[in-house]
Amino acid sequence: MTAPISGLTWLLPAGSYAGRARMLLLRSATASRRTWPAVVSGFAEPVFYLLAMGTGLGALVGTLPGPDGRELSYAAFIAPGLLAASAMNGAVFDATFNVFFKLRDSKLYDAMLATPLGPVDIALGEIGWALLRGGLYATGFLSVMAVAGLVTSPWALLALPVALLVAFAFAAVGMAATSFMRSWQDFDFVTLAVLPMFLFGTTFYPLSVYPPVVQVVVECLPLYHAVELMRGLTTGAVHWGMLGHLAYFVVMALVGVVFAARRLHALLLR
Amino acid sequence: MPGMGEGLVVARGLRKSFGAFEAVRGIEVEVAEGEVFGFLGPNGAGKSSTMRMIACVSPRSAGELSVLGRDPDREGPRIRARLGVVPQLDNLDIELSVRENLEVYGRYFGLSRRHVRAKAGELLEFARLTDRADAKVDALSGGMKRRLTIARALVNDPDLLLLDEPTTGLDPQARHLLWERLYRLKREGVTQIITTHYMDEAEQLCDRLVVMDGGVIVAEGSPAGLIERWSTREVLELRFPSDAAPPVAELQPHAERVELLPDRVLLYVPHGERAQAAVHAAGVRPLSALVRRSSLEDVFLRLTGRTLVD
Repeated sequence: MTAPISGLTWLLPAGSYAGRARMLLLRSATASRRTWPAVVSGFAEPVFYLLAMGTGLGALVGTLPGPDGRELSYAAFIAPGLLAASAMNGAVFDATFNVFFKLRDSKLYDAMLATPLGPVDIALGEIGWALLRGGLYATGFLSVMAVAGLVTSPWALLALPVALLVAFAFAAVGMAATSFMRSWQDFDFVTLAVLPMFLFGTTFYPLSVYPPVVQVVVECLPLYHAVELMRGLTTGAVHWGMLGHLAYFVVMALVGVVFAARRLHALLLR
Repeated sequence: MPGMGEGLVVARGLRKSFGAFEAVRGIEVEVAEGEVFGFLGPNGAGKSSTMRMIACVSPRSAGELSVLGRDPDREGPRIRARLGVVPQLDNLDIELSVRENLEVYGRYFGLSRRHVRAKAGELLEFARLTDRADAKVDALSGGMKRRLTIARALVNDPDLLLLDEPTTGLDPQARHLLWERLYRLKREGVTQIITTHYMDEAEQLCDRLVVMDGGVIVAEGSPAGLIERWSTREVLELRFPSDAAPPVAELQPHAERVELLPDRVLLYVPHGERAQAAVHAAGVRPLSALVRRSSLEDVFLRLTGRTLVD
């Protein structure tokens, strides 16, 4: 994680990075030994959706055309969408609720700043943890998909690193957004941003159901790009245009990290 | 920094403002190695802002500041590696156990796993928390949390310990235990900077202190020196019935200074009992009279013209 970031240091305030972000991972791993139910529920959620929608609703829907026009069972159609959504949900939850608690309630970051750690260590460490958790969920869900016969291409193996990138980008932007929140009430805005994306971001049906104007709006949403990537990889409908979706997340991740670190600096080092 | 003296902390014309509000308005401070130095003052005096600047988590607005011979603006992380910080409010990691709080914190300083494990055992002993090592932080009493916070601040064997109101909110037993631990650290040669609004705490712990009020330093010296300079040897405290105004005019000639408080009148005198006899001879009949030694609280009253209020 260090190499791409050292190139970014000119964007960040001086003295704000001790190169010890991994110590926050260590801290989170230690803490999570007691909070494992949260980890389990994060894994179970998309599986429940897959069961309810894929098998239940799927019996009524029948098949849908996949990215390359091939007909897919409804479960195979929504599974990659749920994979993308779980990467988003896990990362956003970690980077908003958990970060806000540590920032405002438990003052954990203030305690960390009494050590050589700086805001960049904190931002990278926390985003890194959200990413690890997202990766864990993605691995679990991909395994479920494979066992259920919903993976039809070896390209699906690439869905894991892509899930990590998606989680990174959402965590970085989520953390930056959290730095602007003043109270727990503001978290309704998080739900207001995440839930419609989950429902309308082509997780459950193809983009073609929308009129052209709405299609453009949906194409701007980050989750749409994640769903496109996952659906292409798990069905083997891989094409060069997917690099564009990837680029979307690379930019989102970089902007998020720089923003989050700068905001933390401004909030903590007053 | 050349020309900044030899002190562990040297401040010259140090200022801190938040927008239009100036919390610290140009202070001069020099803290020597091995010393316990106090910032005394009411809430809002600028003590905590000063402490945050020394702790390298708050950039100064103006003036010069050197901590451990370095400039916090340029070498903050390097200075912080040698500091121990006890904040005003405990910010322990409530998702970790007591022992994990010490071990993980030590890792933030880049200390090895083996080193922090041994150090944590030592510090648990110091904080008298060995039998609570695996408890969750939430389950600890206020005094235990405070001790753990102080133990945590020692995990890197700091050259300078910063304590922001270390005993606020603790019961007397817990305070005395803490004072004893801090005194032990002083004997071991750990330089300490303490802010407090408790006079007895400052008298107990500090070799030297400054009194701050409204962002400036209004007096400086040892506790005994300050009492000698700004107060008398003894104080005669008189209480009068609440429905009658105290006879301040009659009292005036018998004291160097008379302070009128809401519930009592203080007479600053060299000899309390002699003054009491003189007041009685002048026909003044208070409800009660008490003679006591002068304390830093009297210095504070004199310097800021008011009692300590929150």
